[in-house]
Amino acid sequence: MYLTLKGVEKSFQHNTNDKLKVLDDISFDIEKGQFVSIVGPSGCGKSTLLYLISGLDKATKGKIEVAGEPVNNPGPDRVVVFQEDGLFPWATVLDNVMYGLLLKKTPKKEAEQKAKEMLKLVHLSNYAGAYPHQLSGGMKHRVSIARALVMDPDILLMDEPFAALDEQTRMTLHHELLEIWRRTKVTVLFVTHNIREAVLLSQKVIVMGTRPGKIKTAFTVQTTQDGVTPDSITLDLEQKILAALEEEMEKVLREELGDDYSFKTGSVHRDSSGDMGSGI
Amino acid sequence: MLETLFTGITGGQITEAMFRSIGRLLFGFIIASTLGLFLGYLIWRFKIVDETLGFLVVALQSIPSIVWLPLAIVWFGLGETAILFVVTIGATWTMTMNTTSGFKNVPTLYQRVAKTFGSSGFHLLRTVIIPASVPQIISGMRLAWAFSWRALMAGELLGAGGGLGHLLETGRSLGQMDLVISVMIIIAIIGTIIDNVVFTKLDRSIQKKWGLSS
Ligand SMILES: Nc1ncnc2c1ncn2[C@@H]1O[C@H](COP(=O)(O)OP(=O)(O)OP(=O)(O)O)[C@@H](O)[C@H]1O
Ligand SMILES: [Mg+2]
Repeated sequence: MYLTLKGVEKSFQHNTNDKLKVLDDISFDIEKGQFVSIVGPSGCGKSTLLYLISGLDKATKGKIEVAGEPVNNPGPDRVVVFQEDGLFPWATVLDNVMYGLLLKKTPKKEAEQKAKEMLKLVHLSNYAGAYPHQLSGGMKHRVSIARALVMDPDILLMDEPFAALDEQTRMTLHHELLEIWRRTKVTVLFVTHNIREAVLLSQKVIVMGTRPGKIKTAFTVQTTQDGVTPDSITLDLEQKILAALEEEMEKVLREELGDDYSFKTGSVHRDSSGDMGSGI
Repeated sequence: MLETLFTGITGGQITEAMFRSIGRLLFGFIIASTLGLFLGYLIWRFKIVDETLGFLVVALQSIPSIVWLPLAIVWFGLGETAILFVVTIGATWTMTMNTTSGFKNVPTLYQRVAKTFGSSGFHLLRTVIIPASVPQIISGMRLAWAFSWRALMAGELLGAGGGLGHLLETGRSLGQMDLVISVMIIIAIIGTIIDNVVFTKLDRSIQKKWGLSS
């Protein structure tokens, strides 16, 4: 087993005494080179989980290990692609992509060459000298993916990287991502809201439940994925995942709209009694 | 009057005063900027400094620079040091405030990105915190220079030791209105050049590079 989580729990201090348990008893194993997706209702702690694995945040309880070594700090072997592109606006595209390489003490010439190759791979060779604001949203995302991939990380943690993109760009990026994944054999942990995306891209889909966030079920995907065309097997799996998620969504709605709901009935009641009064 | 302006510049009286003032301005401005950056860093980095000095700076910053002059005279005597002190002090607090708020407002996302690549400590400061705060640091410098410039004129007017402000006072005491007006024109020109040429250009190039304006 390559990436191992054992009984991971995360709580946030809300007020002085009040603690909010966001993740509870999360355990799973991921093999080296696997492509795993995580889906779950909004607020169930998916981003928090990625931050824990990246080392940006610390677990309250439990163990996170990569190749037998506990994760303590962020490190260039586990790179995160954040939901927002997070490119540095003061640096050119090339400098953005080279940032991590130079930090790893790669000689400047070599770093530049690697960065340029990676930019070619995401079809942005012509934009090496551009500043982020001169790129479209999709292009920025490709740069931020290139910036992560160029590090040749062992684990790629992606937090809804394509959520803000249009369908066409997303499909192109699916293709590119899968191609890169097959070539580099990087282990990918991919958070998404899009069930279809999860099923098409990955070999395994983890479904998370909420309040507190925990693992509900996991599905293995058994098709040869080309990443864009759904078939009967993936469609069937989509339905299963959706069913599992719907239970959780309902739970969230019941909890979140609980107050709203009683408030609405209250106002209806007031209105009707007013009507009755005027009628009499 | 144009004649006075002309002979003053060529004859060296105004030119000399001008260089003297600009020298003081540069001195005060550079010290204030450096000190402001450093104090801003301390306030951003250490919570205890933020809660003590950070609070104090807000109060100090509201004091007009020239108000420091009596104190400066008591400490250093009426001379060069007192004027330089006044020129530096007011600008320092403004610069500190701007640096602090610039540093504090660096988006967490940039910091997280840098950290996942393995950046930390001084490297993080140099490659993310400072570059991300550049627009605010520049606007701090712009304010700092304006503070220094005004404090300098007031200081020279009241104190001794040459400079444009002192020349103004000389002109007044000799009843030379043309000299007074000539000096005022020079002051206006210097102010305009620094503000409009240096800072506006700097600001615009940053804005353009960052895509904050078209
Ligand atoms: N720094 C923090 N302090 C306090 N609470 C936090 C913090 N970060 C996250 N939370 C809480 O943890 C919960 C999970 O947040 P998280 O961002 O991990 O959700 P998510 O599953 O990524 O949601 P989404 O799908 O909307 O991105 C939320 O209820 C959030 O309010
Ligand atoms: Mg999230």
